[in-house]
Amino acid sequence: MSDKNPTSQDESMADVEPLAHTPSITLRRAQEERLLQTWQTPSGWRYWSSVNNSDVGLWYTGMAFVFFLFAGVLALLMRIQLAVPNNTFLSAEFYNQAFTVHGSVMMFLFALPIFEAIAILLLPQMLGARDLPFPRLSAFGFWCFLLGGVFLCGSIFFNAAPSGGWFMYPPLTSKYQTGIGADIWLLGFSFIEVAAIAAAVEMIVGTLKCRPPGMRISLMPLYAWYVLVAAAMILFAFPPLIAGSMLLEIERAFGWPFFRPAGGGDPLLWQHLFWLFGHPEVYIVFLPSVALIAMIVPTFARAPIVGYTWVVLAAIGTGFLSFGLWVHHMFTTGLPGISLGFFSSASEAVAIPTGIQIFCFIATVAAGRVTRSVPMLFALGSMMIFVLGGLTGVMVAIATFDFQAHDTYFVVAHLHYVMVGGVIFPMIAGIYYFFPLVNGKRLSDKLGYIAFWITFIGFNITFMPMHFTGLRGMPRRVFTYPAKMGFDTLNFISTIGAFILGAGIAVILWDLVRPKRKEPYSDRNPWNAGTLEWLQEMPGKPWGIRSIPEIDSRYPLWDQPNLLRDVDEGRFYLPDAEELQRETIVTSVIDAKPQQCLRLPGSSFITLYAAFTLGGFFIFGTYHWWGLAMISLALAVGIISYWLWTGPISEKVEKDVGLGLTLPTYLSGSASITWWAMCITMLADLTAFISLVFGYFFYWTIHDDFPPQPSPGPGLMWPLTACALLLGAWGLTVLSVRWNNHNQSHAFYFGLAAAFLLGLGGGAALIAGPWLTGLNPQEHVYPATVWILVLWTVIHVLVGMYMQLYCIARRLAGRMTARYNGDITNVALYWHFTALTSFITVAVIAGFPLVA
Amino acid sequence: MQPREVKETHEKNQSLWLLIISPTIWAMHFLACYLTAAIWCAKYSGPDRSLGIVREAVAVYTVIALVGIFLTGFLGVRRHRFQHPTISQERDTPEDRHRLLGFATVLLSGLSAIATLFVALAAYFIEKCD
Repeated sequence: MSDKNPTSQDESMADVEPLAHTPSITLRRAQEERLLQTWQTPSGWRYWSSVNNSDVGLWYTGMAFVFFLFAGVLALLMRIQLAVPNNTFLSAEFYNQAFTVHGSVMMFLFALPIFEAIAILLLPQMLGARDLPFPRLSAFGFWCFLLGGVFLCGSIFFNAAPSGGWFMYPPLTSKYQTGIGADIWLLGFSFIEVAAIAAAVEMIVGTLKCRPPGMRISLMPLYAWYVLVAAAMILFAFPPLIAGSMLLEIERAFGWPFFRPAGGGDPLLWQHLFWLFGHPEVYIVFLPSVALIAMIVPTFARAPIVGYTWVVLAAIGTGFLSFGLWVHHMFTTGLPGISLGFFSSASEAVAIPTGIQIFCFIATVAAGRVTRSVPMLFALGSMMIFVLGGLTGVMVAIATFDFQAHDTYFVVAHLHYVMVGGVIFPMIAGIYYFFPLVNGKRLSDKLGYIAFWITFIGFNITFMPMHFTGLRGMPRRVFTYPAKMGFDTLNFISTIGAFILGAGIAVILWDLVRPKRKEPYSDRNPWNAGTLEWLQEMPGKPWGIRSIPEIDSRYPLWDQPNLLRDVDEGRFYLPDAEELQRETIVTSVIDAKPQQCLRLPGSSFITLYAAFTLGGFFIFGTYHWWGLAMISLALAVGIISYWLWTGPISEKVEKDVGLGLTLPTYLSGSASITWWAMCITMLADLTAFISLVFGYFFYWTIHDDFPPQPSPGPGLMWPLTACALLLGAWGLTVLSVRWNNHNQSHAFYFGLAAAFLLGLGGGAALIAGPWLTGLNPQEHVYPATVWILVLWTVIHVLVGMYMQLYCIARRLAGRMTARYNGDITNVALYWHFTALTSFITVAVIAGFPLVA
Repeated sequence: MQPREVKETHEKNQSLWLLIISPTIWAMHFLACYLTAAIWCAKYSGPDRSLGIVREAVAVYTVIALVGIFLTGFLGVRRHRFQHPTISQERDTPEDRHRLLGFATVLLSGLSAIATLFVALAAYFIEKCD
């Protein structure tokens, strides 16, 4: 940037210039040779051991698209069934399974994973990084997703799919559906949700710590802002559902009456936990999609985005407000009117930031000179559809209107306008825009235009009439309807529209899969975009980016002269891989100052083994084959431990990354990315725990006597003992960090072993409380809730104890030293959270009965 | 350049936390209103379903929340106007980054204030639990 204010630079802020002269051609060839060797994608069947973001992202996107088509076919079957009254094309039971699987697959196996997939594929490119910070974690997430998804989709072929609707309300899904379907849903999706949280950790650490040098937070591409917000939302939205699913599965499997009124439970708690996830989820899938539009619009308007800060506001503001909306799905459950008022007003407020970003896009379009293109057409179409969905959203956010429209086709129309306009159209725009980055070829413009008009028209013909079908009173989720109710014509039109929409999707599918071997490769940066991902060569190289540039602008390809040449010729950072190790640069959060040369792990099948054994736990659990499930879990723990144990250990302390910069290859504590990952994971974990605590207090509000009188336990003594022992275990673990850092081996081993024993004693004492006072969790919801809090804590203590043993072993094996102390530092961090969990558990189960 | 100013925009003294303070205040306010009303209506409201002290409580929460949001917004304004009262935050300097984060704080505070008032209005208009 030329117009920089010279007074505003202190020394450390001076921009680094690329090498002034081209490195010799021999050197460049040798560098490329080494980079290629290091980053090479394995061939043959070993291809599937790849962990490179370009491969994993592609599989992920492809698989999410396959699930999308599968759920789309189910939708067409449902539309055939509803085309005429009293149709018998599908049985009622199959129809129930079809709409449940359609909704669940679209949300959990398409909308959410496609966000993770595209982010894995593109985020490193946009940030000029060689890969994401935890490549194997992405691969692990993909394999979990694949296994869980196939398991869930496959169930419908055995007439065993879940059939309780995608939000699985008990008692329908507990008392009245005793088949295996609901278990498949609960356990299958819990498995995938764990993978989603793993992806969220990756995205947050990626955007905050893996930006190229100089890319200050204020220069970050908007996509990264949106991804950051959506990933942070996952941390707080998914845990309540995981907690809820756990409760419902325990009720189904072991008869603990969490949602059964006869045992003091309440089905409404499920609705709270589900929608505490479910509503933010809508924005979690919407934000990353609209982020694609935020990347596409400036490119085709040939102008920077108007109101960058306003879009940041919209992303963060939507992220927050979307957590205050969940009860608007429960307006008709008889909650106090005042509560409905709060949620209604928050639901109206969220329209403000959502609207702001749309205005920013429109302003960008208006300010620039728009060029005609397929991605832009889909982007504009998406805005039109989404705005209509938003407007009906404002309508149903008004409680009194919702009383009329609830559970009718009006809601079906609304949610499809929002999801198709907010997710699918932007995604298709993104596919047409980013496709050249995938295999170097462009999709057909002609087919793109045709597909746009078919899908756009087909969509509106399908869903516009549903507003009226709904207002005329047709309930959703009925497998048929009598004639002459005023639904016949509207439904018939919707069915025709659905097939037109399907035809449009088929055109896109053909464009994606048609052979393109004879076509020439696309030009580099075919759309003349300004952001870093378009540095990529056509076709792309496995190393991602040839050298990691210094960034001075939001649109570096527009503003930084010779950037392409300098990156290609290796004039920036890390132009080489001298040690044949995969590397990328870790930078600081605010100003992206280089901090570390991070060594990344290479291809491995271990991620697949870990995912499949962990999946085995959930799948065997579905069939209540607990023995096999536990064996599978033990295998998973072993494999994951081996995975961590064999992680890359740097052979050198520092590395010259070029341009006169030397960076450490190892950091620990809050400077290291693993510490961040642990901290973020534990935040999600804490949220799940808080959801369980919320359950305890929820039961207190609905019961006159909670705990039931006379107080049945767990008493004071055992919980307090447990608390003291566990806090002791925590304290010794924290002290062990010091002992390790000061190389006091004996104190370290002794301290950590003592911490282990205190953990053991604390866990036992915690169980002793409800055990010795004879609390029977099947009898009433009070003992069930106490037990669930206790078990949650004990499991965390057990994991923490395993970690302590791991650290002892690491130090004994010489893989952890006073300097390479990441393991124990992260374990101490884990124990901070575990201590907090233990303390809250004891305060609730032992303390609250005294107050109540 | 003044040393104080160098210090103020130095990365060490920057954080992203300021951005989310106002929305967090909104969230706390929202939860406080919801929980107070829900617990009152479930546990303490008599057969007349009156809201009792809930509306006063909401008023108090709202005043506290708005003061917090206002203070956060004020910090944002100060950063936004740092050194040059310019609207450009697009250049590659620590000052521009500082101003941008300040401006985003102001915007988020504005949004949070509106959303807080929206929530408070529900208690203003509704006089009984149901």
